[in-house]
Amino acid sequence: MISGRIPAAPELPMALTRKQVENIAHLARLELEAGEIPQFQQSLSRIVDFIGELERADTAGVAPMAHPLPGLTQRLRPDEVTERDEHELYQRNAPQVASGLYLVPKVIE
Amino acid sequence: MIHRQTLSQLAAALRARKVSSVELVRAFLARIEASQPALNAFVSITAEQALAQAEAADRALAAGRGGPLEGVPIGHKDLFCTAGVRTTCGSRMLENFISPYDATVVARLRSAGAVMLGKLNMDEFAMGSSNETSYFGPVRNPWNAALVPGGSSGGSAAAVAARLVPAATATDTGGSIRQPAAFCGITGIKPTYGRVSRYGMIAFASSLDQGGVLAASAEDAARLLREMAGFDPRDSTSVDTPVPDYPAGLDAPLAGVKIGLLKEFFDTGLEPEYERCVREALAVYERLGATLREVSLPNIPLSVPVYYVVAPAECSSNLARYDGVRFGHRCAEARDLQDLYKRSRSEGFGVEVKRRIMTGTYVLSAGYYDAYYLKAQRVRRLISADFERGFGEVDLLVGPTTPSVAFALGAKTADPITMYLNDIYTISANLAGLPAMSIPCGFAGGLPAGLQIIGPHFAEQRLLHAAHRYQLETDWHLRIPEQYA
Repeated sequence: MISGRIPAAPELPMALTRKQVENIAHLARLELEAGEIPQFQQSLSRIVDFIGELERADTAGVAPMAHPLPGLTQRLRPDEVTERDEHELYQRNAPQVASGLYLVPKVIE
Repeated sequence: MIHRQTLSQLAAALRARKVSSVELVRAFLARIEASQPALNAFVSITAEQALAQAEAADRALAAGRGGPLEGVPIGHKDLFCTAGVRTTCGSRMLENFISPYDATVVARLRSAGAVMLGKLNMDEFAMGSSNETSYFGPVRNPWNAALVPGGSSGGSAAAVAARLVPAATATDTGGSIRQPAAFCGITGIKPTYGRVSRYGMIAFASSLDQGGVLAASAEDAARLLREMAGFDPRDSTSVDTPVPDYPAGLDAPLAGVKIGLLKEFFDTGLEPEYERCVREALAVYERLGATLREVSLPNIPLSVPVYYVVAPAECSSNLARYDGVRFGHRCAEARDLQDLYKRSRSEGFGVEVKRRIMTGTYVLSAGYYDAYYLKAQRVRRLISADFERGFGEVDLLVGPTTPSVAFALGAKTADPITMYLNDIYTISANLAGLPAMSIPCGFAGGLPAGLQIIGPHFAEQRLLHAAHRYQLETDWHLRIPEQYA
């Protein structure tokens, strides 16, 4: 390839493409404005690079740790009714309620 | 001046009927009102309820009844649910959320007699290290209003530092009690994971979140923690072990205690002036008869990347509940259910919360789960094992709380990693579920520096004891910003 132009300085490749960011937003049920996407693409790429550091840790034979206290198991309680029906109280915070039901836009056409 | 007294002194004065709860509540409410334009520490001020509660406390005290904190004013971080009182978590999402129930911490402190003056400002959903992500505007540092108070419990820390309340509740997921304690020159304790009930604490990262205290002294923190801690059947991760009488035995000698200097905390990026404060504090401990030795925990430097996988992963699933259906913000005129979810969430959450939800969604998504999430959980175990080894050699591990003193508003908002690295010294204790404190240990360039003390699981009393003995020898914790003195 012959060209008289000076090649543009290569941009640092970003870990995430715009398409990936849009897909992540969709999975997270977030709607990003077109103008916000480059900013999220840049900062999320920075974060992905940063957490990529973990790759170099030697974790062969190490079990994943999901709970910070060793040896603790999930407690179970007796299967008895302990709570009163307080749906009226709880539904006071609901954006839209009718006859004790939460209202949402029509789901089935 | 009444606001200069510690919570312990105020509780004693109330009991001796030298002061009434109504007097105290009025005095602190006046300080809160006056400070709001400058500090913005409170999201809600509950003056009417506070005065009614104070009157009841005075009646109880007059009859020789009342709990250990009867009539003492406090503030709650706006992450703890308070029945009938707006609980926002610093977010537009919950701007109008009136909690139908009390968090266990709130209920316990009330039954101990404490009087709530209001709800304290914080980073949105506790995601931030500077209090700049709050929907209700940033909190400012009482030592210098151009600076941040730290976060996420910035409102709690600023309020205690300016003596707008004698003490406040707070929460710590990666340093949110200790870092603002250091930046504001006060005492903070994050207990062992499971020590304080998370019931009614709005969830951010469930394997890391823990409620605790910001106060003027270790003794005050001990008094509050004694009332807050303990088993709660409503929190399935609450631990059923007895709560020691934390204030008892604080004065015991410290001789023979083995203190480990966490080598990795001194290795990188620590401001020299800050390091001088920490080293001077260590010299005080030597004079008190403690023995010092360096301890190296080689996996500690990986704490921040581990945290920024684990915490966003848990955050993305916890915050999935905000869907515009049952509570929280709902967008106008949704076209369909998808649109309702997406726009309600996008309007309700701020940029940093969205960034963490998306980070979490990414690390949990198909194809990346093993590489990031499981990998981070494996490294988390290595970090935890490092601590276990360390506590085989020493009783306590110490180091700086933060790499620098408080920074200017806006200084670290451009790049999330710069902000995240603020918690480089605090995150590891959350990953390992360990109790940790920050206490004031001097001033670097005129601003407070914090000494961090980390202990083995359930060693809160050991931490409080070491902190208290230091505070008997020094007066850093008694310094109050001139404007609020």
